[in-house]
Amino acid sequence: MHIDSIQNGIVIDHITAGRGMEIYKLLHLDRLDCSVAIIKNVSSRKMGKKDIIKVDADINIDTNVLGYVDPNVTVDIIRGGHLVEKRRVGLPTRLTNVLLCKNPRCITTTEQELPHVFLLTDPEHRVYRCMYCESKAK
Amino acid sequence: MRSLINILDLSPAELDGLIAIANDIIANPAKYSESCRGKKLATLFFEPSTRTRLSFEAAMYELGGNVLTVAGADSSSAAKGESIADTAKTVSCYADIIAMRHPKEGAPLVASMNASIPVINAGDGGHNHPTQTLADLLTIQREKGRLSDMTIGLCGDLKFGRTVHSLIEAMARYQGIRFVLISPEELKLPSYVKQGVLKDQGISYEQTTDLEAAMPGLDILYMTRVQRERFFNEEDYLRLKDSYILTPEKLKNAKADLAIMHPLPRVNEISVAIDDDPRACYFKQVLNGKYMRMALILRLLEVL
Repeated sequence: MHIDSIQNGIVIDHITAGRGMEIYKLLHLDRLDCSVAIIKNVSSRKMGKKDIIKVDADINIDTNVLGYVDPNVTVDIIRGGHLVEKRRVGLPTRLTNVLLCKNPRCITTTEQELPHVFLLTDPEHRVYRCMYCESKAK
Repeated sequence: MRSLINILDLSPAELDGLIAIANDIIANPAKYSESCRGKKLATLFFEPSTRTRLSFEAAMYELGGNVLTVAGADSSSAAKGESIADTAKTVSCYADIIAMRHPKEGAPLVASMNASIPVINAGDGGHNHPTQTLADLLTIQREKGRLSDMTIGLCGDLKFGRTVHSLIEAMARYQGIRFVLISPEELKLPSYVKQGVLKDQGISYEQTTDLEAAMPGLDILYMTRVQRERFFNEEDYLRLKDSYILTPEKLKNAKADLAIMHPLPRVNEISVAIDDDPRACYFKQVLNGKYMRMALILRLLEVL
Protein backbone atom coordinates (compact mmCIF):
# COMPACT_ATOMS: atom_id res chain seq x y z
CA MET A 1 0.00 0.00 0.00
CA HIS A 2 1.41 3.38 -0.98
CA ILE A 3 0.72 6.55 0.97
CA ASP A 4 2.47 9.75 -0.05
CA SER A 5 5.01 11.10 2.42
CA ILE A 6 4.07 14.46 3.86
CA GLN A 7 5.99 17.72 3.53
CA ASN A 8 4.68 19.74 6.46
CA GLY A 9 2.47 18.09 9.02
CA ILE A 10 2.33 15.53 11.77
CA VAL A 11 2.48 11.79 12.10
CA ILE A 12 0.81 10.21 15.11
CA ASP A 13 2.71 6.97 15.49
CA HIS A 14 2.64 3.94 17.80
CA ILE A 15 -1.13 4.03 18.21
CA THR A 16 -2.41 0.84 19.78
CA ALA A 17 -3.79 -1.23 16.87
CA GLY A 18 -7.51 -0.61 16.46
CA ARG A 19 -7.60 2.79 18.18
CA GLY A 20 -6.77 4.90 15.12
CA MET A 21 -10.39 5.79 14.34
CA GLU A 22 -11.10 6.65 17.98
CA ILE A 23 -8.20 9.09 18.03
CA TYR A 24 -9.22 10.47 14.63
CA LYS A 25 -12.63 11.34 16.06
CA LEU A 26 -11.39 12.62 19.43
CA LEU A 27 -8.93 15.00 17.79
CA HIS A 28 -11.70 16.16 15.40
CA LEU A 29 -9.51 15.37 12.40
CA ASP A 30 -12.70 14.91 10.37
CA ARG A 31 -13.04 18.70 10.38
CA LEU A 32 -9.75 19.21 8.54
CA ASP A 33 -9.66 20.14 4.88
CA CYS A 34 -6.21 18.60 4.21
CA SER A 35 -5.19 15.02 3.45
CA VAL A 36 -5.45 12.72 6.45
CA ALA A 37 -4.47 9.06 6.31
CA ILE A 38 -5.43 6.49 8.90
CA ILE A 39 -3.28 3.42 8.45
CA LYS A 40 -4.42 0.40 10.41
CA ASN A 41 -2.59 -2.72 11.53
CA VAL A 42 0.87 -1.68 10.35
CA SER A 43 3.59 -4.19 11.28
CA SER A 44 5.66 -3.01 14.21
CA ARG A 45 8.73 -4.62 15.80
CA LYS A 46 7.87 -3.23 19.22
CA MET A 47 4.10 -3.58 19.18
CA GLY A 48 3.41 -6.36 16.69
CA LYS A 49 0.73 -4.22 15.06
CA LYS A 50 0.00 -0.53 15.35
CA ASP A 51 -2.08 2.23 13.79
CA ILE A 52 -0.65 5.43 12.32
CA ILE A 53 -2.35 8.72 11.42
CA LYS A 54 -0.71 11.12 8.98
CA VAL A 55 -1.95 14.69 8.69
CA ASP A 56 -0.68 16.75 5.77
CA ALA A 57 -0.95 20.11 7.51
CA ASP A 58 0.87 21.88 10.31
CA ILE A 59 -1.83 21.71 12.98
CA ASN A 60 -1.85 21.90 16.74
CA ILE A 61 -3.29 18.80 18.32
CA ASP A 62 -4.45 18.31 21.88
CA THR A 63 -1.76 16.01 23.21
CA ASN A 64 -3.63 15.79 26.52
CA VAL A 65 -6.48 13.96 24.80
CA LEU A 66 -3.99 11.79 23.01
CA GLY A 67 -2.08 10.95 26.17
CA TYR A 68 -5.24 10.02 28.02
CA VAL A 69 -6.56 7.75 25.28
CA ASP A 70 -3.26 6.10 24.35
CA PRO A 71 -0.23 7.24 26.38
CA ASN A 72 2.30 5.28 24.29
CA VAL A 73 1.78 7.24 21.08
CA THR A 74 4.43 9.52 19.65
CA VAL A 75 3.84 12.64 17.61
CA ASP A 76 6.34 13.32 14.83
CA ILE A 77 6.57 16.85 13.51
CA ILE A 78 7.48 17.00 9.83
CA ARG A 79 8.86 20.14 8.16
CA GLY A 80 10.09 20.28 4.57
CA GLY A 81 9.73 16.52 4.34
CA HIS A 82 12.03 15.90 7.31
CA LEU A 83 11.38 14.75 10.85
CA VAL A 84 12.24 17.76 13.04
CA GLU A 85 10.78 16.68 16.36
CA LYS A 86 9.53 13.51 18.00
CA ARG A 87 7.22 14.07 20.98
CA ARG A 88 6.27 11.44 23.52
CA VAL A 89 2.94 12.35 25.03
CA GLY A 90 2.54 10.20 28.18
CA LEU A 91 -0.30 10.49 30.68
CA PRO A 92 -1.39 14.11 31.13
CA THR A 93 -1.61 15.34 34.72
CA ARG A 94 -4.63 17.50 33.95
CA LEU A 95 -7.50 17.04 31.51
CA THR A 96 -9.77 19.95 30.72
CA ASN A 97 -13.09 19.29 28.98
CA VAL A 98 -11.98 15.85 27.82
CA LEU A 99 -14.05 13.89 30.35
CA LEU A 100 -17.38 14.86 31.89
CA CYS A 101 -18.06 14.38 35.59
CA LYS A 102 -20.93 11.91 36.05
CA ASN A 103 -21.47 12.58 39.77
CA PRO A 104 -24.99 14.08 40.09
CA ARG A 105 -23.86 15.88 43.26
CA CYS A 106 -20.93 17.62 41.56
CA ILE A 107 -21.03 21.40 41.14
CA THR A 108 -20.40 20.94 37.40
CA THR A 109 -23.95 19.58 37.04
CA THR A 110 -25.49 22.93 37.92
CA GLU A 111 -22.79 25.40 36.85
CA GLN A 112 -22.91 24.87 33.11
CA GLU A 113 -19.99 27.15 32.26
CA LEU A 114 -17.46 25.49 34.56
CA PRO A 115 -14.74 23.58 32.71
CA HIS A 116 -14.72 19.87 33.53
CA VAL A 117 -11.26 19.35 34.97
CA PHE A 118 -9.84 15.97 35.91
CA LEU A 119 -6.51 15.45 37.67
CA LEU A 120 -4.28 12.38 37.48
CA THR A 121 -4.26 11.06 41.06
CA ASP A 122 -2.86 7.57 40.55
CA PRO A 123 -0.55 7.26 37.51
CA GLU A 124 0.08 3.56 38.13
CA HIS A 125 -3.59 2.67 37.76
CA ARG A 126 -4.39 5.59 35.40
CA VAL A 127 -6.92 7.05 37.83
CA TYR A 128 -8.29 10.51 37.14
CA ARG A 129 -10.51 12.34 39.61
CA CYS A 130 -12.76 15.36 39.15
CA MET A 131 -11.01 18.44 40.51
CA TYR A 132 -14.22 19.61 42.21
CA CYS A 133 -15.86 16.53 43.75
CA GLU A 134 -12.95 14.03 43.46
CA SER A 135 -15.16 11.41 41.79
CA LYS A 136 -13.26 8.87 39.78
CA ALA A 137 -13.49 9.23 36.00
CA LYS A 138 -15.44 6.41 34.39
CA MET B 1 -4.28 34.56 50.56
CA ARG B 2 -5.22 31.01 51.35
CA SER B 3 -8.45 29.08 51.69
CA LEU B 4 -9.38 25.87 53.46
CA ILE B 5 -11.26 23.53 51.14
CA ASN B 6 -9.92 20.12 52.14
CA ILE B 7 -8.36 19.16 55.47
CA LEU B 8 -5.26 18.06 53.53
CA ASP B 9 -4.73 21.69 52.49
CA LEU B 10 -3.18 21.99 55.95
CA SER B 11 0.17 20.37 56.68
CA PRO B 12 0.55 18.44 59.97
CA ALA B 13 2.64 21.36 61.26
CA GLU B 14 -0.13 23.82 60.38
CA LEU B 15 -2.71 21.58 62.06
CA ASP B 16 -0.57 21.43 65.18
CA GLY B 17 -0.25 25.23 65.02
CA LEU B 18 -4.05 25.65 64.87
CA ILE B 19 -4.50 23.27 67.79
CA ALA B 20 -1.97 25.29 69.79
CA ILE B 21 -3.82 28.54 69.02
CA ALA B 22 -7.17 26.96 69.95
CA ASN B 23 -5.77 25.71 73.25
CA ASP B 24 -4.43 29.20 73.94
CA ILE B 25 -7.84 30.73 73.13
CA ILE B 26 -9.43 28.31 75.61
CA ALA B 27 -6.88 29.28 78.26
CA ASN B 28 -6.88 33.03 77.54
CA PRO B 29 -10.11 34.06 75.76
CA ALA B 30 -9.74 37.75 76.66
CA LYS B 31 -6.45 37.93 74.76
CA TYR B 32 -8.32 37.31 71.48
CA SER B 33 -11.54 39.25 72.09
CA GLU B 34 -10.53 42.16 69.83
CA SER B 35 -8.31 40.29 67.36
CA CYS B 36 -10.73 40.64 64.43
CA ARG B 37 -12.10 44.11 65.23
CA GLY B 38 -13.28 45.67 61.96
CA LYS B 39 -13.22 42.37 60.04
CA LYS B 40 -16.30 40.76 58.50
CA LEU B 41 -17.11 37.09 58.00
CA ALA B 42 -19.71 36.26 55.35
CA THR B 43 -21.52 32.99 56.05
CA LEU B 44 -22.99 31.72 52.78
CA PHE B 45 -25.09 28.69 53.59
CA PHE B 46 -26.91 27.23 50.60
CA GLU B 47 -28.00 24.16 52.57
CA PRO B 48 -29.76 24.00 55.96
CA SER B 49 -27.37 24.02 58.89
CA THR B 50 -27.77 25.26 62.41
CA ARG B 51 -24.69 24.32 64.33
CA THR B 52 -22.00 24.99 61.76
CA ARG B 53 -23.33 28.43 60.85
CA LEU B 54 -23.84 29.39 64.49
CA SER B 55 -20.38 28.07 65.32
CA PHE B 56 -18.75 30.25 62.65
CA GLU B 57 -20.77 33.26 63.70
CA ALA B 58 -20.03 32.75 67.40
CA ALA B 59 -16.34 32.30 66.54
CA MET B 60 -16.22 35.60 64.65
CA TYR B 61 -18.12 37.51 67.36
CA GLU B 62 -15.80 36.16 70.05
CA LEU B 63 -12.86 37.49 68.03
CA GLY B 64 -14.47 40.93 68.02
CA GLY B 65 -15.45 40.75 64.34
CA ASN B 66 -18.77 41.09 62.54
CA VAL B 67 -20.87 38.69 60.49
CA LEU B 68 -22.79 39.04 57.23
CA THR B 69 -25.06 36.10 56.66
CA VAL B 70 -26.96 34.45 53.84
CA ALA B 71 -28.91 31.47 55.07
CA GLY B 72 -30.62 29.36 52.44
CA ALA B 73 -30.45 29.47 48.67
CA ASP B 74 -34.02 30.78 48.55
CA SER B 75 -32.99 34.12 50.02
CA SER B 76 -29.89 34.61 47.90
CA SER B 77 -29.24 35.56 44.32
CA ALA B 78 -28.45 31.89 43.67
CA ALA B 79 -32.24 31.56 43.46
CA LYS B 80 -32.08 33.95 40.52
CA GLY B 81 -29.50 31.77 38.84
CA GLU B 82 -26.29 33.53 39.84
CA SER B 83 -23.17 31.41 39.51
CA ILE B 84 -20.94 30.51 42.45
CA ALA B 85 -18.12 32.46 40.77
CA ASP B 86 -20.16 35.66 40.59
CA THR B 87 -21.40 35.24 44.17
CA ALA B 88 -17.81 34.81 45.38
CA LYS B 89 -16.60 37.88 43.48
CA THR B 90 -19.50 39.96 44.80
CA VAL B 91 -19.13 38.91 48.42
CA SER B 92 -15.39 39.60 48.20
CA CYS B 93 -16.36 43.28 47.87
CA TYR B 94 -18.18 43.25 51.21
CA ALA B 95 -16.43 40.80 53.52
CA ASP B 96 -12.91 39.79 54.58
CA ILE B 97 -13.49 36.03 54.70
CA ILE B 98 -16.20 33.60 53.54
CA ALA B 99 -17.53 30.44 55.17
CA MET B 100 -19.56 28.52 52.58
CA ARG B 101 -21.81 25.49 52.81
CA HIS B 102 -23.30 24.18 49.59
CA PRO B 103 -25.14 20.99 48.64
CA LYS B 104 -23.04 20.58 45.49
CA GLU B 105 -19.62 18.98 45.87
CA GLY B 106 -16.81 21.30 44.86
CA ALA B 107 -18.80 24.54 45.18
CA PRO B 108 -16.47 26.04 47.84
CA LEU B 109 -13.47 25.23 45.63
CA VAL B 110 -15.10 27.15 42.77
CA ALA B 111 -15.75 30.03 45.20
CA SER B 112 -12.11 30.02 46.34
CA MET B 113 -10.90 30.13 42.73
CA ASN B 114 -12.93 33.29 42.13
CA ALA B 115 -12.94 35.14 45.46
CA SER B 116 -10.26 37.66 46.36
CA ILE B 117 -10.62 36.75 50.05
CA PRO B 118 -10.10 33.43 51.89
CA VAL B 119 -12.89 30.84 51.60
CA ILE B 120 -13.57 28.21 54.23
CA ASN B 121 -15.44 25.11 53.15
CA ALA B 122 -18.20 24.68 55.73
CA GLY B 123 -19.40 21.46 54.08
CA ASP B 124 -20.01 20.61 50.42
CA GLY B 125 -22.56 17.83 50.02
CA GLY B 126 -21.15 14.48 51.03
CA HIS B 127 -17.65 15.55 50.07
CA ASN B 128 -15.60 17.56 52.60
CA HIS B 129 -16.21 19.24 55.93
CA PRO B 130 -12.74 20.25 57.08
CA THR B 131 -13.72 22.40 60.05
CA GLN B 132 -15.58 19.44 61.56
CA THR B 133 -12.32 17.55 61.30
CA LEU B 134 -10.55 20.42 63.04
CA ALA B 135 -13.09 20.10 65.88
CA ASP B 136 -12.51 16.34 65.98
CA LEU B 137 -8.73 16.71 66.11
CA LEU B 138 -8.81 19.24 68.94
CA THR B 139 -11.21 16.98 70.86
CA ILE B 140 -8.97 13.94 70.44
CA GLN B 141 -5.90 15.95 71.41
CA ARG B 142 -7.57 17.39 74.51
CA GLU B 143 -9.14 14.10 75.60
CA LYS B 144 -6.10 11.90 74.95
CA GLY B 145 -3.26 14.39 75.24
CA ARG B 146 -1.92 13.18 71.88
CA LEU B 147 -2.87 12.54 68.26
CA SER B 148 -0.78 9.39 67.81
CA ASP B 149 -0.77 5.76 68.95
CA MET B 150 -4.44 4.91 69.33
CA THR B 151 -7.23 2.75 67.96
CA ILE B 152 -10.12 4.69 66.48
CA GLY B 153 -13.46 2.98 65.88
CA LEU B 154 -15.63 4.61 63.22
CA CYS B 155 -19.23 3.42 63.36
CA GLY B 156 -22.34 3.90 61.23
CA ASP B 157 -22.46 5.44 57.79
CA LEU B 158 -18.90 5.17 56.55
CA LYS B 159 -19.94 5.41 52.90
CA PHE B 160 -21.53 8.86 52.75
CA GLY B 161 -20.12 10.22 56.02
CA ARG B 162 -17.84 13.03 54.90
CA THR B 163 -16.64 13.64 58.47
CA VAL B 164 -15.37 10.07 58.61
CA HIS B 165 -13.43 10.36 55.35
CA SER B 166 -11.77 13.61 56.40
CA LEU B 167 -10.95 12.29 59.87
CA ILE B 168 -9.30 9.20 58.39
CA GLU B 169 -7.24 11.35 56.00
CA ALA B 170 -6.16 13.65 58.81
CA MET B 171 -5.39 10.99 61.43
CA ALA B 172 -3.58 8.74 58.94
CA ARG B 173 -0.76 11.29 58.98
CA TYR B 174 0.03 10.58 62.64
CA GLN B 175 2.08 7.65 63.95
CA GLY B 176 0.61 4.46 65.37
CA ILE B 177 -3.01 4.99 64.33
CA ARG B 178 -5.23 1.95 63.82
CA PHE B 179 -8.79 2.12 62.52
CA VAL B 180 -11.72 -0.22 63.16
CA LEU B 181 -14.40 0.37 60.53
CA ILE B 182 -17.81 -0.66 61.87
CA SER B 183 -20.72 -0.43 59.43
CA PRO B 184 -23.43 -2.40 57.66
CA GLU B 185 -22.29 -3.93 54.37
CA GLU B 186 -24.13 -1.29 52.34
CA LEU B 187 -22.45 1.61 54.13
CA LYS B 188 -18.85 0.42 54.14
CA LEU B 189 -15.99 2.84 53.64
CA PRO B 190 -15.58 3.52 49.89
CA SER B 191 -12.73 1.65 48.28
CA TYR B 192 -11.02 4.86 47.16
CA VAL B 193 -10.53 5.87 50.80
CA LYS B 194 -9.44 2.36 51.74
CA GLN B 195 -7.03 2.12 48.84
CA GLY B 196 -5.96 5.74 48.53
CA VAL B 197 -5.42 6.42 52.22
CA LEU B 198 -5.25 3.26 54.33
CA LYS B 199 -3.62 0.70 52.03
CA ASP B 200 -1.32 3.10 50.21
CA GLN B 201 -0.03 4.55 53.46
CA GLY B 202 0.22 1.17 55.19
CA ILE B 203 -2.30 2.12 57.89
CA SER B 204 -3.60 -0.77 59.97
CA TYR B 205 -7.38 -1.28 59.82
CA GLU B 206 -10.07 -3.89 60.19
CA GLN B 207 -13.64 -3.94 58.92
CA THR B 208 -16.49 -5.41 60.94
CA THR B 209 -20.24 -5.22 61.37
CA ASP B 210 -20.04 -6.03 65.11
CA LEU B 211 -19.78 -2.93 67.31
CA GLU B 212 -19.82 -4.81 70.64
CA ALA B 213 -17.01 -7.17 69.61
CA ALA B 214 -14.84 -4.23 68.57
CA MET B 215 -15.59 -2.15 71.68
CA PRO B 216 -12.89 -3.39 74.14
CA GLY B 217 -10.00 -2.40 71.85
CA LEU B 218 -11.12 1.16 71.14
CA ASP B 219 -9.58 4.37 72.46
CA ILE B 220 -11.96 6.52 70.42
CA LEU B 221 -15.46 5.59 69.26
CA TYR B 222 -16.67 7.95 66.54
CA MET B 223 -20.39 7.40 65.93
CA THR B 224 -22.15 8.81 62.86
CA ARG B 225 -25.71 9.35 61.78
CA VAL B 226 -27.16 7.61 58.74
CA GLN B 227 -28.03 10.71 56.74
CA ARG B 228 -31.41 10.73 55.03
CA GLU B 229 -30.32 13.50 52.65
CA ARG B 230 -27.53 11.37 51.13
CA PHE B 231 -29.91 8.63 49.92
CA PHE B 232 -31.67 8.72 46.58
CA ASN B 233 -33.94 5.92 47.80
CA GLU B 234 -36.06 6.33 50.96
CA GLU B 235 -36.42 2.56 51.38
CA ASP B 236 -32.67 2.10 51.71
CA TYR B 237 -32.54 4.85 54.32
CA LEU B 238 -35.33 3.32 56.41
CA ARG B 239 -33.70 -0.11 56.27
CA LEU B 240 -30.29 1.14 57.41
CA LYS B 241 -30.99 4.05 59.74
CA ASP B 242 -31.14 2.00 62.96
CA SER B 243 -28.13 -0.22 62.24
CA TYR B 244 -26.22 0.92 65.33
CA ILE B 245 -27.63 2.42 68.49
CA LEU B 246 -25.12 2.99 71.27
CA THR B 247 -26.60 2.21 74.69
CA PRO B 248 -25.02 1.94 78.18
CA GLU B 249 -25.17 -1.88 77.88
CA LYS B 250 -23.01 -1.82 74.77
CA LEU B 251 -20.39 0.17 76.65
CA LYS B 252 -19.91 -2.36 79.45
CA ASN B 253 -16.76 -3.80 77.86
CA ALA B 254 -15.38 -0.44 76.76
CA LYS B 255 -12.20 1.11 78.14
CA ALA B 256 -12.58 3.42 81.13
CA ASP B 257 -10.94 6.23 79.17
CA LEU B 258 -12.78 5.68 75.88
CA ALA B 259 -13.76 8.95 74.18
CA ILE B 260 -17.20 8.76 72.53
CA MET B 261 -17.48 11.25 69.71
CA HIS B 262 -20.18 12.22 67.20
CA PRO B 263 -20.21 15.10 64.69
CA LEU B 264 -23.90 15.79 65.55
CA PRO B 265 -26.75 16.20 64.97
CA ARG B 266 -27.65 12.77 66.28
CA VAL B 267 -30.99 11.11 65.71
CA ASN B 268 -31.04 7.98 67.84
CA GLU B 269 -27.62 6.41 67.27
CA ILE B 270 -26.43 7.42 70.75
CA SER B 271 -28.90 6.90 73.55
CA VAL B 272 -29.44 10.03 75.68
CA ALA B 273 -28.66 7.80 78.68
CA ILE B 274 -25.00 8.09 77.63
CA ASP B 275 -24.94 11.89 77.72
CA ASP B 276 -23.98 11.94 81.41
CA ASP B 277 -21.26 9.31 80.99
CA PRO B 278 -17.88 11.06 81.47
CA ARG B 279 -16.68 9.34 78.30
CA ALA B 280 -19.24 11.21 76.17
CA CYS B 281 -17.39 13.99 74.31
CA TYR B 282 -19.81 15.04 71.60
CA PHE B 283 -20.91 18.30 73.18
CA LYS B 284 -17.28 19.13 73.95
CA GLN B 285 -16.68 18.59 70.24
CA VAL B 286 -19.21 21.33 69.46
CA LEU B 287 -17.38 23.76 71.73
CA ASN B 288 -14.00 22.70 70.38
CA GLY B 289 -15.33 23.34 66.88
CA LYS B 290 -15.91 26.98 67.74
CA TYR B 291 -12.37 27.34 69.13
CA MET B 292 -10.81 25.73 66.07
CA ARG B 293 -12.86 27.97 63.76
CA MET B 294 -11.59 30.95 65.74
CA ALA B 295 -8.02 29.71 65.30
CA LEU B 296 -8.60 29.15 61.58
CA ILE B 297 -10.13 32.60 61.02
CA LEU B 298 -7.16 34.18 62.82
CA ARG B 299 -4.71 32.29 60.62
CA LEU B 300 -6.50 32.88 57.31
CA LEU B 301 -6.93 36.58 58.05
CA GLU B 302 -3.25 36.63 59.02
CA VAL B 303 -4.11 38.27 62.29
CA LEU B 304 -1.71 35.90 64.05
